Amino acid sequence: MKHMTRKATRHVNQNEGLIFEKSSPGKAAWKLPPLDVPEVDTAALLGASERKDLGNMPEVSEIEIIRHFTRLSTWNYAIDLGMYPLGSCTMKYNPRVNEAVARVEGIANGHPYQPEKISQGALHIIKTLSEQLIEITGMDAITLQPAAGAHGEMTGLLMVRAYHQSKGNARKKILIPDSAHGTNPATAAMVNYAVENLKSDSRGMVDIAALEAQMNEDVAALMLTNPNTLGVFEQDIHKIADILHAKGGLLYMDGANMNALVGKVRPGDFGVDVMHLNLHKTFSTPHGGGGPGSGPVAIKKALEPFLPTPVLTKKSDGTLAFDYNRPQSVGRVRAFYGNFGMFVRALAYIQANGPDGLRQTTEDAVLNANYIRKGLEGTYDLPYSTPTMHEVVFSDKLQLKKGVRTMDIAKRLIDYGFHPYTTAFPLIVPGALMIEPTESESKEEMDLFIEAMKSIAEEVEEDPQTVLDAPHSTRVSRLDETAAARKPVLRWKPAS
Amino acid sequence: MLKAIGLRSVDDLFAPIPAEYRLTRDLNIPRQMAESEIVDFFRQRSRENGDGYTSFLGAGAYFHYRPVIIDSLISRGEFLTAYTPYQAEISQGTLQSIFEFQTMICELTGMEVANASMYDGSTAAAEGVMMAVRLTGRRSVVVARSLHPEYREVLATYATHQGMPLSVAGFNDDGRLNLKELEKSITPETACVLIQSPNFFGTIEDIGTIAEIAHKHGAMLVVSIAEAVSLGIVEPPREADVIAMEAQSFGVPLGFGGPYCGVIATREKYVRQMPGRLVGQTVDKQGKRGFVLTLATREQHIRREKATSNICTNQALVALMVNIFMTVYGKVGLKELAKQNLAKTAYAAGQFAKHGKVLFGGTPRFNEFVVQTSEDPYAINSRLLGHKMVGGLPMKKFYPELGNAALWCCTELTTRSAIDTAVGLVAESERSVRSAKEEVEEVAR
Repeated sequence: MKHMTRKATRHVNQNEGLIFEKSSPGKAAWKLPPLDVPEVDTAALLGASERKDLGNMPEVSEIEIIRHFTRLSTWNYAIDLGMYPLGSCTMKYNPRVNEAVARVEGIANGHPYQPEKISQGALHIIKTLSEQLIEITGMDAITLQPAAGAHGEMTGLLMVRAYHQSKGNARKKILIPDSAHGTNPATAAMVNYAVENLKSDSRGMVDIAALEAQMNEDVAALMLTNPNTLGVFEQDIHKIADILHAKGGLLYMDGANMNALVGKVRPGDFGVDVMHLNLHKTFSTPHGGGGPGSGPVAIKKALEPFLPTPVLTKKSDGTLAFDYNRPQSVGRVRAFYGNFGMFVRALAYIQANGPDGLRQTTEDAVLNANYIRKGLEGTYDLPYSTPTMHEVVFSDKLQLKKGVRTMDIAKRLIDYGFHPYTTAFPLIVPGALMIEPTESESKEEMDLFIEAMKSIAEEVEEDPQTVLDAPHSTRVSRLDETAAARKPVLRWKPAS
Repeated sequence: MLKAIGLRSVDDLFAPIPAEYRLTRDLNIPRQMAESEIVDFFRQRSRENGDGYTSFLGAGAYFHYRPVIIDSLISRGEFLTAYTPYQAEISQGTLQSIFEFQTMICELTGMEVANASMYDGSTAAAEGVMMAVRLTGRRSVVVARSLHPEYREVLATYATHQGMPLSVAGFNDDGRLNLKELEKSITPETACVLIQSPNFFGTIEDIGTIAEIAHKHGAMLVVSIAEAVSLGIVEPPREADVIAMEAQSFGVPLGFGGPYCGVIATREKYVRQMPGRLVGQTVDKQGKRGFVLTLATREQHIRREKATSNICTNQALVALMVNIFMTVYGKVGLKELAKQNLAKTAYAAGQFAKHGKVLFGGTPRFNEFVVQTSEDPYAINSRLLGHKMVGGLPMKKFYPELGNAALWCCTELTTRSAIDTAVGLVAESERSVRSAKEEVEEVAR
C-alpha cells in the first residue's frame, strides 16, 4: 500500500460488553465498615417511601470494573496519544501537576458552606486567579461562577441586559456574525434577545458597512469572537467598538480563541466591554470527554454592579469573604461558587508559565497554525487568504470534485493516527476543515500531520472510495447515525 | 519553522493586530514557578482550608467515601484528555460509558431516559423547568420553599427574562410541602411544580399526592434530588415528569462547590425537548454494536437560537466518576450505603432531640435534619470550630422563620464519637443559655 502512515500501527484491543452484561448476583466491589450506631428498621423509619429494589443495577467485582473501564479507555483517542487539532476547542496538553494540586486534601474536600474563617485557602485561590485573569484580559472585574463557555455567555448577556435596563431600556437584539459558534445565538435566545445576523466581508471579517447599517438603539450588543472562527483577527476592531459605543451598544467578546492573544494583546485594551474565557481551552484544564469546563466572565467597570452574587471581597481585617448584598446583581447562575476545581488547575497553569511562558505559548500556537497553513496550502483550498492566527480553515472544494467531503477526509485522518479537525463550522465556509494545532505540538508531530493530509489528498485523486469508506482501522466502522436518531435506544434493557 | 513560512520573526505573525493595541510589556503576574513551588503553594492553601476538620455540613454538597479506583480510572489520559465524542469511531470508550451512565440513572430514578449531564443540580432544575414550559406551552411555575435556596435563586435568574412568573409554596410543621398552598398557587397557566425530595430539610415529600395535584391541573411535576445516595433506600419520585438531580454524592469530591454533575431524567415521550447531550445505540456498516451522540437536532450547534438549551460543554468527566461509583456500589452496595446514612442520622437526630428541638420529626427523612437551639447556631459553631468541628449550617440566612435553627447532616463517614462530641457541645451551650435565662428571670422576679 502506497499510502502508509508513519504515525500509527494497528494493534489488538480488547472487546468489552456493557457492564450490565457482566453482572451476576453476589459479586461486589464495595465494603462498608461495621456500623457504630444501632441498626434501624428502615420500614419503620421510611414507611411508604422505602425503596425495596434497585432494579438492574450491576453487581461486579473490582478487577472487572478496572478492566471494564480500562478497556473502554483504549477505544478513545486523546491528546495524550497525539495531535488533536479540533478547531476552536484548543486541545492543548493538560499538565499533570494541575491534577495533583486539585487533589490536595483541603482543596479537594473543602465544603462550600464551611465557615469563611476556615475557607481562606479556597478564597485566596479564587482571588489570585481572578486578579490574574483580569490582568490577562485587561478588564476591570470578573466572576468565576459560570460552569462553561455557554454558561459564561449567558451570564455576560444577563449583565448586558441589566446594564441597559439600568439606563431605562433593555433593548431588543444581539448582533451575531454569521461565522459565530452555535452557542452564541442559542444564548441570546435564553436571555430573551432577538438574534440578528451580521454578514462577513471578503476577508472573513465583520463587514463594517453592514454593521454601521444594522447598528441602532435596539441593539444591546455585538457578540464577537476574536480572532474569529476563521482564525482571523478582526483588524477593524477599534471601528467595530466605536460604532457600537456611539449608539450605546456593548461589545461582547467570545473568548473561545483567547489562546491566540494571551500576553500579546488584551481585549480590554481594544474596546471589549464584556467577555468570557474558557478555562478548559486557554488555561489547560482537561476536557474530560466533554467537560467539566469553566467560563469566567470579565467585564468593564460600568457592568460591575450587575455581577452574579456572591462577589469576593476583602474585609477590613484583611481576611477574604463573600459579599451577598448586591442589589443590582443579575442573581446567581449556579449554586455555590462555580467549578472551583477548574480554578485550581487554571491557576497552576498560569503559575507554571508566568508572563514569559504565557507569551511564548501564544506565539507557538500562532506559529504552529501558520506552519500547517503553509504546509497544506495548494493541497487544500484556502477560502480566505487573510493572515492566520491560532487556527486555519481550509475547505473541501478541491476534493469535492471527486465527491469527497470534509467529513470523509476527517474519517480518513483517523486511519493515519490523528483526531480529525472540526468539520461542523464556521458556516460561512462550506465543507470547512478547521485546524487548531495549539502550542503543544512539536514540528515532528505537525510534519506527520501535514504528510497525512497530503497523502489523503492524493488518495482522493487516485482512489476516492478508500477515503469515502474510511475509517478502516477502527473498532467500529462508520456508525448509522440516522437509525440512532430515528428509533432512539438511549439505555440498556435486559433481554426479556 | 519561521523560515518555512517565509517570515523573519515571530512578531510578523502578530502583524494583523493593530500596533496600538499590542502589549509591549510583560503581563503583571508572578514569574514562572517550578513544579515543586506550585505544589507548595497549594499545600499551603489546603492548610488554610478546613483540612482536618470533622464536618456536619450537607445542604446540597455531601461528604461520602470515594472509592480509590475512581481516580485511578478517570486519570487515564484517554478519558481525561479527550473531548466531546463527536468522532464516534475513536470515542467508543466515552460513548459506551455515557450509555451505561444513562442506563443506571434511569434504573435509579425510575425514569425512561437520562442525559449525559448538566452543569449541576441547580442549573439542571432550571433547565428542567424550562423543558416543562416548552412541553406545556404554559409559562408560570410553582416552586417549593423547601427547595434548596440557591437552586431557587438560580431558577429566578433563568426565569427573569423568559417571562416565567414564579410563585412559592411554603412548608408545613412536618417539613413537607404545604398542599393547600400548592393547590392555591396552581393556575391554568402553571407549567410545572418544582419540588425537592428529600427536600432541603432532609424530609421526604409525599410525591404521589403532589403529582396528583399538579397533574389534575395539567401541570407537570419536576423533582429535584440533591442527595443522590438517598436513591439507595428512598423510593424514587416515579410519578414525576422530569427529575433534575445533582449526582455529586456519587463519588465526586466536595471541591468547595464544584465541579459537580447535574442530570436530567424524564419520560421517553419528552426526549425531544430535553436539553444536553444524549448517547444512543446503533450499528456500524458491518452490523456491529456501537454508540453515537444522537438527537442533535435539539442542540445549539444545529439549531442555534431555536435549540432546547445553549449547553455545549457539560460535566462528562464528573459523570464518569459518578458512573464508576454507581458500578462499584451497584445493586446491593448502594442500598447498604444508604442504610448506613439513615442509621447514623437516626442516631444523631435522637441524641440531639435530648437537648435541643429537632424539627419536622414526624415525617420520614434521609440524612439531614434541622435542630433548633436557644443559642444562635453561629455562636455554637464557633465553639465547635475550637474542637476542629464544623457544626450544622445556620439557617437564618435562608429561613429566618425557623429562628435559631441549623441543618445537620450525617453520612456513612460520620462517626458515633463525632456525633456524641457535637451533641455534648450543643447540650453544654443549651444548658448555659438556659441557666443564664433562669438567672435573668430570677433577677426579674
